[in-house]
Amino acid sequence: MAEYILEMKNITKEFPGVKALDNVNLQVRPGEIHALVGENGAGKSTLMNVLSGTYAYGTYTGDIIYNGELCKFSTLHDSEEKGIVIIHQELALIPELSIGENMFLGNERLGKFGIDWDRTYHEAEEHMRQVGLKEEATTLIKDIGTGKQQLVEIAKALSKNVKLLILDEPTSSLNEEDSKMLLDLLLSFKKEGMTSIIISHKLNEISYVADKITVVRDGSTIETIDNENHDIDEDRIIRGMVGRELSDRYPSREHNISNTIGMEVRNWTVHHPLYTEKKVVDNVSFNVHRGEIVGFSGLQGAGRTELAMSIFGRSYGTNISGELKIDGQTKNFKNVRDAIEAGLAYVTEDRKGNGLILSESIAKNTTMARLEKVCNNGIIDVDKENKEAEEYKERLRTKTPSVQQAVGNLSGGNQQKVLLSKWMFAEPEVLILDEPTRGIDVGAKYEIYCIMNDLVAAGKSVVMISSEMPELLGMCDRIYVMNEGKMVAEMPAEEATQEKIMAAILQSDKN
Amino acid sequence: MNTKAFIKKYTMVIALVVVFILFSVLTGGRLLLPQNMSNLLLQNAYVLVMACGMLMCILTGGNIDLSVGSVVCMVGAIAAQMLANGMPSVVVIILCLIISIVIGVWQGFWIGHIHIPPFICTLSGMFLFRGLGRAILGSKTIAVNNKTFLNIFASYINVPGIDGGEKKWSAFIVGIAVAAFLIFNTIRSRAAKAKKGYKQGSAISEFAKTIIISVLVLLYTWKLANYKGIPVMAIWILVVVLTYAFITSKTAFGRYFYAVGGNEKATKLSGIDTNKVYFAAYTSMALLAGLSGLLWAARIGSVNGDTGNAFEMDAIGSCFIGGASAYGGSGTVSGIMVGAILLGVINQGMSIIGLDNNWQYVVKGAVLLIAVIFDVVSNKKTGKAG
Repeated sequence: MAEYILEMKNITKEFPGVKALDNVNLQVRPGEIHALVGENGAGKSTLMNVLSGTYAYGTYTGDIIYNGELCKFSTLHDSEEKGIVIIHQELALIPELSIGENMFLGNERLGKFGIDWDRTYHEAEEHMRQVGLKEEATTLIKDIGTGKQQLVEIAKALSKNVKLLILDEPTSSLNEEDSKMLLDLLLSFKKEGMTSIIISHKLNEISYVADKITVVRDGSTIETIDNENHDIDEDRIIRGMVGRELSDRYPSREHNISNTIGMEVRNWTVHHPLYTEKKVVDNVSFNVHRGEIVGFSGLQGAGRTELAMSIFGRSYGTNISGELKIDGQTKNFKNVRDAIEAGLAYVTEDRKGNGLILSESIAKNTTMARLEKVCNNGIIDVDKENKEAEEYKERLRTKTPSVQQAVGNLSGGNQQKVLLSKWMFAEPEVLILDEPTRGIDVGAKYEIYCIMNDLVAAGKSVVMISSEMPELLGMCDRIYVMNEGKMVAEMPAEEATQEKIMAAILQSDKN
Repeated sequence: MNTKAFIKKYTMVIALVVVFILFSVLTGGRLLLPQNMSNLLLQNAYVLVMACGMLMCILTGGNIDLSVGSVVCMVGAIAAQMLANGMPSVVVIILCLIISIVIGVWQGFWIGHIHIPPFICTLSGMFLFRGLGRAILGSKTIAVNNKTFLNIFASYINVPGIDGGEKKWSAFIVGIAVAAFLIFNTIRSRAAKAKKGYKQGSAISEFAKTIIISVLVLLYTWKLANYKGIPVMAIWILVVVLTYAFITSKTAFGRYFYAVGGNEKATKLSGIDTNKVYFAAYTSMALLAGLSGLLWAARIGSVNGDTGNAFEMDAIGSCFIGGASAYGGSGTVSGIMVGAILLGVINQGMSIIGLDNNWQYVVKGAVLLIAVIFDVVSNKKTGKAG
């Protein structure tokens, strides 16, 4: 057998005006888990798209050698025929179809007269068993959680006789439990001889599963690090990714918490918009001082996002009750506009779906929540708008040639900065940041943290919802823990540890 | 700007020029006669006016209003009936516009606030208002011959003293004034930008654009001067088009239409009342459809049960030919005007040639498809559907 199952040699791929990949080399041995790491926009996804034939042979230069033969894929189908399957970050499943139907979509199990449904569901269940998915094959995709959907994707790959599985950020939308399960699944496949390439920002996961780690930076492969013993130091990877020593992952700040309370919420209860009997947020109280960063920890579905959105002008839920005070004044928001005008901002966790208009320019996105600031009597002063957008671009160091660029063309980290610009432009006193660093790289994370520090230094109050506990511990002054809609613990950050937070959650589960 | 980018940006303008030259040749130059040039505008007044309203609907997410042809019929019928009963024309006009707004509020309410899908709501309106219109007409054709009413919509501007002779000089004088204003305005806005230290576009391309438009204005008003002068209807069209161009490009409210079409959830979470945006889109659409009904009644001089048939298709077609996205969120008034004029030239050209009515439909259908195919293919790299 050849030494390498896959060799990519001198791959160069250009987009109009940008060299996305510059002479990239990648070598993968059979039966290993190979991790690709790098900042957003470094070229990892582009490289995988070249490999899978999404970018057809001829649109790039260089050679792909797979199983000893030169490959010229011109479609995804060509690469799948050879057993190379890619699972994208955004799942490609159809919510209204069943697990079985999704699994064999475009690859239907045919009988004499059209689709053989018995065979479809039988084979689907076989593959589901391989990935440890305990569901009926006839269950609709929309009725299962993201974690299980990810498993369906993998089962689907298995149904295509996968030899080389490529996973692009497979755990970015999973909670810790589901992530662990997924990674263990990869390890068990490895024992059976499957090769995988995994792209991820979560360094602890990489150090857990990967045998080799290739670092990509600015369109080039920088180095390949051995991780046979699975004990690599995360800082070692970061050094390769950013090309410099990142002494502290969380920027230090002076803790200057004012006595004035910026926002106070008491006995807040929110019901589910459809199943109005169900309490999504149950009698929650909390406060945040001026100059303070307060963290919200909890598992997915703990009700943190729902709490934030229901406070933010009733943008989620029905039958909302409770008391809300901003700067000591009781507020009763009827809609989002009221909340913005009272100095509240909610930076969504779903920047593509709920935050930005991807087809519009950075400038237009920046001013959207407070357009009147660049208007005279309802008429937009476009020059002023551009100038403001330019200022925020400089301040947040958004990497873009121009503020006229459509937001959809930016990398995740830069999109997040535009989203922050948008809400900073609205001049809020209290900011609720929901997963502000999800899916963005280490360098951009650091910059987002710095922006948060600047905000509290200017006397604003910041509420940070995050599923990454180290981030909460590193950034917050105080941490609240939520579970199943209830507030289960509150602790100062210096006393908090990951174990304590988990313990609080587990404790409340027992009750 | 290189050639490729230029072609991409001005695809439809180039297509318009090509089609225009084609029909000028095919008609043996008759398309260019002053009378035909004047008619080009009058015959398509309803398309130009309704395309503006349709753009607002389409911007919200590719939603269309199917009822406009029927609204044209119903409002036209009401106007004709009231005029025939001897009501004063100004009162009739005001009442008709109010009725149009009521129709718009009716549809806007269901679509904006109750979230009935626009396609279904306006499909129902299409039957509803067509039926009401026919009922009002009592299945007859009613002539419109009130002098004042015709003067307000379908006469020509005639300035005593200078328009007495063969040439209506007032038209050309207006043309010169508009051209001078356009050139002056370009200089002024560049100077203002320079003063504030803002970035400026390239001087050559900005001036070239202004000069080309000015020359076209001069040529067109010269044609009008050689016929009957400036039609009053042109003023109505201009008022509508300029108002909508202003709203969509300069105002915050106009920006919201693009935002809703771009990402409705994000727009809502930015504190913008999206219900109001839908409501406004369909209310304004019905108002413009009503106005078109009046313009059409005056132009044709009568209203019958088939008035306004398939007008919605012209308005929708102009928008898509003119580059509005079928998914919403993009499209400009200047773009859809090019689309409307393109359709108008084809209509007019085919009529002059004397092409059979049935074949005119075939040609229009083909043009719409080709235009959209072109748009989708040339924007594939950046388009939503890509």
